[in-house]
Amino acid sequence: MYVSPIREPLIKGNKTYSQITKDIAAPIEGKPGKAWYMGISLSLSAMFLGLAMMGWTIWEGIGTWGLNRTIGWGWGITNFVWWVGIGHAGTFISAILLLFRQKWRTSINRSAEAMTIFAVLCAGLFPLIHMGRPLLAFFVFPYPNTRDLWVNFNSPLLWDVFAISTYLLVSLLFWYMGLIPDIGTMRDRVKSKAKKFIYGLLSFGWTGSVKHWQRHEKLSLILAGLAAPLVLSVHSIVSADFATSIIPGWHTTIFPPYFVAGAIFSGFAMVLTLLIVTRKVLNLENYITLAHIESMNKIIIATGSIVGIAYLTELFISWYSGVEYEQYAFLNRAAGPYWWAYAIMMTCNVISPQLLWFRKLRRNLVFTFILSIFINIGMWFERFVIIVTSLHRDYLPSSWSMYKPTLVEVGIFVGTLGLFFTCFLLFIRAFPVIAIAEVKTVVKSSGEKEIKNETL
Amino acid sequence: MKKYWKSQQEKNESPEIKTVKHKPKGNLEQVLDIFEDGTVEAKSNRRDFLKLCGYSLAITTVLSSCENAVQKAIPYLNKPEEITPGIANYYASTYINGSDYASILVKTREGRPIKIEGNNLSPISNGACSARVQASVLSLYDSSRYQHPQIKQEKVSWDEFDKSVSDALEAQKGNQIALLTPTIFSPSTRKAIKLFTAKYPNIKWIQYDTQSASSILKAHKLCFGKEILPDYRFNKANLIVSFDADFLGTWINPAEYIKTYTDTRKLSGTSNKMSRHIQFESRMSLTGSNADERHTIKPSELNLLIAQLYNEILALKGLKKYNASESSQKIKELANDLFKQKSRSLVVSGSHDLNAQIIINAINYELENLDKTIRLDNPLQNHQAIDEDMDQLINDLVSGQVKGLICYHSNPVYNHHKGDQLKKAIEKLAFSLSIHEAPNETSSLMKFVAPDNHYLESWNDSEIKKNSFSLMQPAIHPLFDTRQFQASLLKWSDLETDYHKFIMKNWEETLFPTQTLYTSFKPYWEHTLQEGIFEIKNNSQAKSKFAQVDIQKAFDKLTQKPGTKNIELQVYETIALGNGTSANNPWLQEMPDPISKICWDNYLNISPKQAKEMELENGNMVKLNDKLELPVYILPGQAYNSVSIATGYGREICGKVGAEVGFNTSGFTQNGFSNVKLQKIEGQYDFAMTQTHHSMEGRAIVREANLDEYKKNPKAGNDHKHKYKNAGIYKEPEFPNHHWGLAIDLNACIGCGACTIACQAENNVPIVGKKEVIRAHEMSWIRIDRYFSGDENKPGVVFQPVMCQHCDNAPCENVCPVAATNHSSEGLNQMIYNRCIGTRYCGNNCPYKVRRFNWYDYTQADSIPNNLHDPAGLTSDLSRMVLNPDVTIRAKGVIEKCSMCVQRIQEGKLNAKLKGRKVKDGEIKTACQQTCPSGAILFGDLNDKSSELFKVTSSGRNYHLLEEIHTLPSVSYLTKIRNKKS
Repeated sequence: MYVSPIREPLIKGNKTYSQITKDIAAPIEGKPGKAWYMGISLSLSAMFLGLAMMGWTIWEGIGTWGLNRTIGWGWGITNFVWWVGIGHAGTFISAILLLFRQKWRTSINRSAEAMTIFAVLCAGLFPLIHMGRPLLAFFVFPYPNTRDLWVNFNSPLLWDVFAISTYLLVSLLFWYMGLIPDIGTMRDRVKSKAKKFIYGLLSFGWTGSVKHWQRHEKLSLILAGLAAPLVLSVHSIVSADFATSIIPGWHTTIFPPYFVAGAIFSGFAMVLTLLIVTRKVLNLENYITLAHIESMNKIIIATGSIVGIAYLTELFISWYSGVEYEQYAFLNRAAGPYWWAYAIMMTCNVISPQLLWFRKLRRNLVFTFILSIFINIGMWFERFVIIVTSLHRDYLPSSWSMYKPTLVEVGIFVGTLGLFFTCFLLFIRAFPVIAIAEVKTVVKSSGEKEIKNETL
Repeated sequence: MKKYWKSQQEKNESPEIKTVKHKPKGNLEQVLDIFEDGTVEAKSNRRDFLKLCGYSLAITTVLSSCENAVQKAIPYLNKPEEITPGIANYYASTYINGSDYASILVKTREGRPIKIEGNNLSPISNGACSARVQASVLSLYDSSRYQHPQIKQEKVSWDEFDKSVSDALEAQKGNQIALLTPTIFSPSTRKAIKLFTAKYPNIKWIQYDTQSASSILKAHKLCFGKEILPDYRFNKANLIVSFDADFLGTWINPAEYIKTYTDTRKLSGTSNKMSRHIQFESRMSLTGSNADERHTIKPSELNLLIAQLYNEILALKGLKKYNASESSQKIKELANDLFKQKSRSLVVSGSHDLNAQIIINAINYELENLDKTIRLDNPLQNHQAIDEDMDQLINDLVSGQVKGLICYHSNPVYNHHKGDQLKKAIEKLAFSLSIHEAPNETSSLMKFVAPDNHYLESWNDSEIKKNSFSLMQPAIHPLFDTRQFQASLLKWSDLETDYHKFIMKNWEETLFPTQTLYTSFKPYWEHTLQEGIFEIKNNSQAKSKFAQVDIQKAFDKLTQKPGTKNIELQVYETIALGNGTSANNPWLQEMPDPISKICWDNYLNISPKQAKEMELENGNMVKLNDKLELPVYILPGQAYNSVSIATGYGREICGKVGAEVGFNTSGFTQNGFSNVKLQKIEGQYDFAMTQTHHSMEGRAIVREANLDEYKKNPKAGNDHKHKYKNAGIYKEPEFPNHHWGLAIDLNACIGCGACTIACQAENNVPIVGKKEVIRAHEMSWIRIDRYFSGDENKPGVVFQPVMCQHCDNAPCENVCPVAATNHSSEGLNQMIYNRCIGTRYCGNNCPYKVRRFNWYDYTQADSIPNNLHDPAGLTSDLSRMVLNPDVTIRAKGVIEKCSMCVQRIQEGKLNAKLKGRKVKDGEIKTACQQTCPSGAILFGDLNDKSSELFKVTSSGRNYHLLEEIHTLPSVSYLTKIRNKKS
């Protein structure tokens, strides 16, 4: 494939292959710094707080949450959809960008995929603990039983069970499969016997032979082919939880594409949040360059605009439908008691990403970091707005209510953040955050001119 | 096919031998074979034995390793003749609580009363029960009741107690003692009291009603020579005018009035006649909220309006008017309408002013309503107290003239406005005896406590109206060491203590001779006891004469007191709690007020205009007369410059549930109004409100029309038809046998809420407590939505009972991931509690929001220990006796909802099956339908073309709630028709 020689190089610093291995393996081989210890203790405490709150919920009942007879889903499902959304970027980057031969993905796909898995784990917790009887959660699986009980295949919640578990499985396989050559590298580099043994086990006897590489490449393509439709289907199915219902504000045919775009939007924002910090702390600025940040920002403009158009389409259709309940639901979103949530959503998701049309801002790390946080917040509020404002005022005004989360719900959310960051911090200490083998393939593929300039 | 043989031998064998040889053996045979001495042929061998041993060992291991629950149920050694486990018995009885009355059937299961149903035979309560009656069964199992006789708070035996009381009574022979009771309308009790006071002539009997009808009694004494409460016949009136009489809520005998009132307002079939109802009042009462025309006036303005109305009617009759200010156009018009409906109208007033009641009598007289809509020959007996008697008693107690007090079933220390004085006086008394079921503010001051039975443990009789008798019989042996009041009286009078025999003897002497059907007493008694009621036919058509009263004087007194600028306070009783006797009943505490939808509290109702002036919002605090701090509720329709507050709350000495709930209003009289000062203070108060949004937002939820429109077009107000056949993606379900449905007549429903308590009792619906209701966690399966419309100072009010609509295209059913909710082949939307995992998706997707989630462990059915949320103590062994064994208790974390009383449907179907026939229309009644005083709810089979339900649902008024979203509900509503003057 032809790559323009005047393009920026994907990897900066005119690295040699051995330098690349050394740079990327450095965080695993060295001792963690103070920042890492602070991070892990903070996120571990958050995680344990969350676990305690989950235990309390299971013990006492869902009554410890702020839900009521009118609003059956609140923070729990908001967080679920939010985490699932975040879990979209990784597979999008590794599968879809792989199929589209986007080489810049190689610097970020590993950590994005890891993030995907951790996010989906966090997401999966919520449907489980939001149940009134979580100990009977196995009822959702169609297992053979003597009582002839069967699940309800008409229910989107059941589709969720399959969609999320399939997605988690395929993402995990894809990620691990990509890790194998790098684990082999690590096995060869580590000194201690125990580590050698563990990496040896995990590498499945990888030798780097041509046959191994050939199989690896084939499987990559196959899994990419499998994962790519999943990226689109998972959030479509999550959106079906709402779209197939009859609640005004939920019952919307635009939801599947709108949710997928929103998911990729939020996923990239989370990748940016993590990588801007990671590249700095782990000294990987030459591998995750400004060009990468800019590319991701471009995806953010694209998906952000789709999301913005979807918001406006929803508003238009609710008016155009002539259905009084629909009209009221959207009017209530914008001007009802939860107007502030709608305003936050609109500002963060529609207005702020438009600033990325300016190249200077696209390449500004501080701005991008703040913006990514904004988008994370905005996308959380999008789900909150959809779930809570639709439910709290539906058909019969006699049942209209308000919703306020309790400390237990907030604690559980903080707990999943803790779990996520704990997993991520452990990940960067255990596995190469950048796919060493893959990044080596792109080190000489573009930016010849600049490389020359650099060497001069 | 040819048969090939294997060997010569096989070929030669005859088929007979073959069959004998291979005949399979039964298990028993094999076992027995082992014990035969082992010849080889056809016997089981050692292998079989070992196989059998191994098999049985495995089976016993498996079976014994399964943990078996410890069963504590002990079968009857000798089965009582009338009890069949699993089958309910019904006993006719009577509910009496102060002035409240209902003829009832007590449903008992295995000897436990679990539910109250109305007695269809009664012409007074007509098979209906109010919320209070429904809830009364729970009070039976109240652990805060007195459990044994006490002297100075010390437990004693009845023998010791009786001796001490007799000694004390003997010692007090020279002193005046008062016996204070509520109105007693039981002939046998009256006789027992007479015998008791005959034995102790120093005891004077005084009756005291918290909601007195004293002025009506006195006015009738003056006008007609008889101190009676007339029989108001709302069903005979075409025009009803009420001056502050809450006759559907709490005035005199609402259970009867609801029935007779709504009888004239139901529009069924060809009838398109309907009475018109005009209400003048200051507080938005349940009655006012149902009126076709409602005028808000201050309590002090009432008298003048009554006087002016009288004047206008006199003018129309061409008689001489009295001297009063010129009446408004409104009153002139009203007089005109009343005059047109002469002898078919009814004017009532809840005023406590004697003069006002005299003029009301005069108005009815001039309108020729006497003997038509008002009858004097069969007066009501449930209010006989004269206020002055009670005032006199308090004065005598305070001055020390009366030295002893026996108090039965009344709590004047709490609910009389001079309670504080009374309290001090009682503390000083030498002799004080209390006969109460449960401790209260009065009984706790008294030396002797003779615990009374609950009415479900007692014998009694009653004469609610003259010649209308009913019997009360015990449905359970007294739970505690208690004795009923009448038996105690007989004991202390040294008479036969068996009150049952006493009643029988009394009836044999007095009532048995009045009938001719039975010649001997025993069958007569048994028949009456079984039916619960007995009537003496009365054909007297005596003309009522109006005595010479000084109308001029009464009139002058009414017109003299002009309205003031003061803020006026009215104290009222709520539908649920009444005078506070049942404050410890959690079902009543959690029943929202029909108008404000607030439960677990009382509050100061204030008009919207005044709230704006004083910058008050709901829940803000005010100071009343510089002493009482109260939260305000802005009540649409409350008259400007008037406020009102409910009594019955703020009980101090009461069980765990009712103590310290709400605010004590003692010191303010319930008779009339008092002038008060209001002052806004700091503070915010949370109300447990089950409905916080009060507008229909222009949606066609309650569809209504006016009578004239309805006459022209029976579909008036109901023209939003959305007819799409098969609009869903699923096939419409078919119901080959039954298709159960409900129809609710919004014209008949007055919003009293009796159905909600009936449902609670029938379906074991848990109580969650005030804090949880604030969090909108209430569990009610049926609720009554109340919407206000129009000007907030003169609002229109509509009520709509909403339960599960049993949609045939139910949005809840297809979203459940585990199929825990599904549709029955008879059109019921079913909940399978043990399959439910609690995702609440069904609750979200229910457009009617009728699904209820078990947020906590309310019933102790959860497997996790120490997480019970039972604010009312309803999981104690005693309280659990009220549970309906036919309905499952729901565990934490599952969804529940109205089942259309599936247990009753099942029972009806089984009964029909036993008799080998189909279920008859009207045979099955849901709990809400059974209790509804106005008959607004109708259950039936939509497939049965001859059923009443089919007829009703085919009318032009029939519509489904939110039919435009194509849920195809099995519950339908009939439009509300008002009779406003066009």
